Amino acid sequence: MKRSFKLEELDCADCASKMERDINKIDGVNKATINFMTSKITLDAADEAFDAVLDEAQRICAGYESDCVIVR
Amino acid sequence: MTKKQKRWRNRILVALVLFASIYALELAGIFDATFGHTQAIYIEFVLFLIPFLIAGYDVLIDAWKNLRAGHGLDENFLMSIATIGAFALVFFPDSEPHMAEGAAVMLFYQVGELFQSYAVGKSRKSISDMMDIVPEFANVEREGQVITVDPAEVAVGDLFIVKPGERVPLDGIVESGESQLETSALTGESVPRTIRPGDEIISGCVNLSATLKVKAIKPYEDSTVNRILELVENSAEKKARTENFITRFARYYTPIVVGCAALIALLPPLMLGGGWADWVLRGLTFLVVSCPCALVISVPLSFFGGIGGASRIGVLVKGSNYLEVLAKTDTVVFDKTGTLTSGTFEVTNVLPNDTATEQEVLEYAALGEAFSNHPIARSIQERYGHDIDVTRVAGVEEIPGHGIKATIDGKVTLIGNERLMYLHNIDQEIGEGIGTKVSVAIDGKLIGSIIVGDTIKNDARQAVEDLHAQGVHRTIMLSGDKIEVAEEVARTLGIDEVCAELLPQDKVTELENIMERDGVHVVFVGDGINDSPSLMRADVGIAMGAMGSDAAIEAADIVLMDDKPTQIACAIALARRTMRIVWQNIIFALGIKFAVLILAAFGIANMWMAVFADVGVAVLAILNAMRAMRIAKIQ
Repeated sequence: MKRSFKLEELDCADCASKMERDINKIDGVNKATINFMTSKITLDAADEAFDAVLDEAQRICAGYESDCVIVR
Repeated sequence: MTKKQKRWRNRILVALVLFASIYALELAGIFDATFGHTQAIYIEFVLFLIPFLIAGYDVLIDAWKNLRAGHGLDENFLMSIATIGAFALVFFPDSEPHMAEGAAVMLFYQVGELFQSYAVGKSRKSISDMMDIVPEFANVEREGQVITVDPAEVAVGDLFIVKPGERVPLDGIVESGESQLETSALTGESVPRTIRPGDEIISGCVNLSATLKVKAIKPYEDSTVNRILELVENSAEKKARTENFITRFARYYTPIVVGCAALIALLPPLMLGGGWADWVLRGLTFLVVSCPCALVISVPLSFFGGIGGASRIGVLVKGSNYLEVLAKTDTVVFDKTGTLTSGTFEVTNVLPNDTATEQEVLEYAALGEAFSNHPIARSIQERYGHDIDVTRVAGVEEIPGHGIKATIDGKVTLIGNERLMYLHNIDQEIGEGIGTKVSVAIDGKLIGSIIVGDTIKNDARQAVEDLHAQGVHRTIMLSGDKIEVAEEVARTLGIDEVCAELLPQDKVTELENIMERDGVHVVFVGDGINDSPSLMRADVGIAMGAMGSDAAIEAADIVLMDDKPTQIACAIALARRTMRIVWQNIIFALGIKFAVLILAAFGIANMWMAVFADVGVAVLAILNAMRAMRIAKIQ
């Protein structure tokens, strides 16, 4: 399944590329792309793991920018 | 400014006023006079700590959080260490106090960050404005009533109403109503398009003058508007080599600079003995310059701006990597039919014999071809322009590959190619004209012939000229047509080289030969449907006729929305400007950073310069990157 979500309070481009790198390492993720300019994350992950992946992605984002939220 | 930014700004202002007052008191020597020199330093230490914390408490907190999350070397952390370090220097017995600098660096850093956040917000806004082609609603007719729904809820075959001033929500066919459509948001074409019942219209255009009733032919997710948005947004997935280089560079840059900072702070004092405060300060200055943010923001922003700007003139680019290659283009290979020519047949010349007039030749040809649906027949009927009285025609016999034999006004009439005339022993001159020759003979005698040809697009010549002006060395045309026809077209357009009489599969082979012979940056321009293999094979494939053609959008790397070949030169110009901006930013940012690093190592640069090299450079680079979005000069 491939879906894209808005990222709120994504302020740092360097953080965005680090988030992208870390999210791509989560099990079940085929490809994750963060577009800093449109503040969007496009997540392509296995259907059954999708929600878990999204939770983990949220945790990673908050780890780099504490107020960054993936809008579901 | 957003609410968050305003609060941020106010906080910085308060800190700034406090800082300025304390600094003024210090300069005036008030603290020294009142408390004595040693006491005064500690009092100043505490006083400067106040504006420092007001301005930068969030930076310190974030640094702490990130440290605990296990990613240490982020901007907040580096800035915290550098400023706290500056304060801490007061504990070195041999040092001058640097509290003012520590507080000022934090203040400046925050001013820069705020400005940067504002600039990013601004450019995000202009990007979203540019993408503002999304229809908000659709007025659907259901059971005789018009209701307003989300465009995604409209099914194929539904009828919807578009009032003047509204955006067309889905691709469809006009059922009733005549109006003007503003297509500029999609194609960059400023002249409105006139539309009538039966015309296909695409979503995202704005209806100008009258209400239209339209039948949906595609669901919303396959409609043009949604496809364009997806395409432009997903372009971030295909990154340019320069972009990847910057990301990789950033990964090494920070640790290396931080490593150097540690070496500079520790090694010289250990080896030479003493002078700790001075060397530690130089090390701290290094830390301030160690964030690569100027590059990490401005390079992708330039590419995104370039892609966004291109989409505003009707050129869709699927990724920044294509923009990068396009900028280096030295050879452009064209398909002929549908790309440089319109792909429709038209009578280009009528050549009557001495015994007949132009109109007579056309009349007999049109009568004979009255029952034919062939594009050539239709082009003759169109040129004839009068109603055809079919009662004058009898016994029409179609001879495949040759033409038509019919009885018109009781006379045996032959209409067809040279072979048909030869078969019936009719004398004729074997002409070498371009296009297809249709001869007309009555009662065994030739009365004249009609030349039917493909018409060259209006701006095709201009397009080739523009490309040469852009410094494209070679323009080559591939065609399945006869060599005479192809050469004539090439001559008219000023194209350098022609390969004609190619079978569809030969085109790819020929393209590969060209790529091998001429180097690596070959662009192929085709009309998408039959040229898919070549579009994929070329370094950059540009498809014409994106409107509605799925094959084109799939196979090509760049899609021209309104079929105009002049857009190719525009796209190249835009790509080149984008690359210029990208390299300006890379050289500028790295140049300043390295200069400050070197000066800092020798103790010449202070922390103020370092802060400029960090946030000041970032802001300037962002402003420069935003130029990539501007399209006025390109057009």
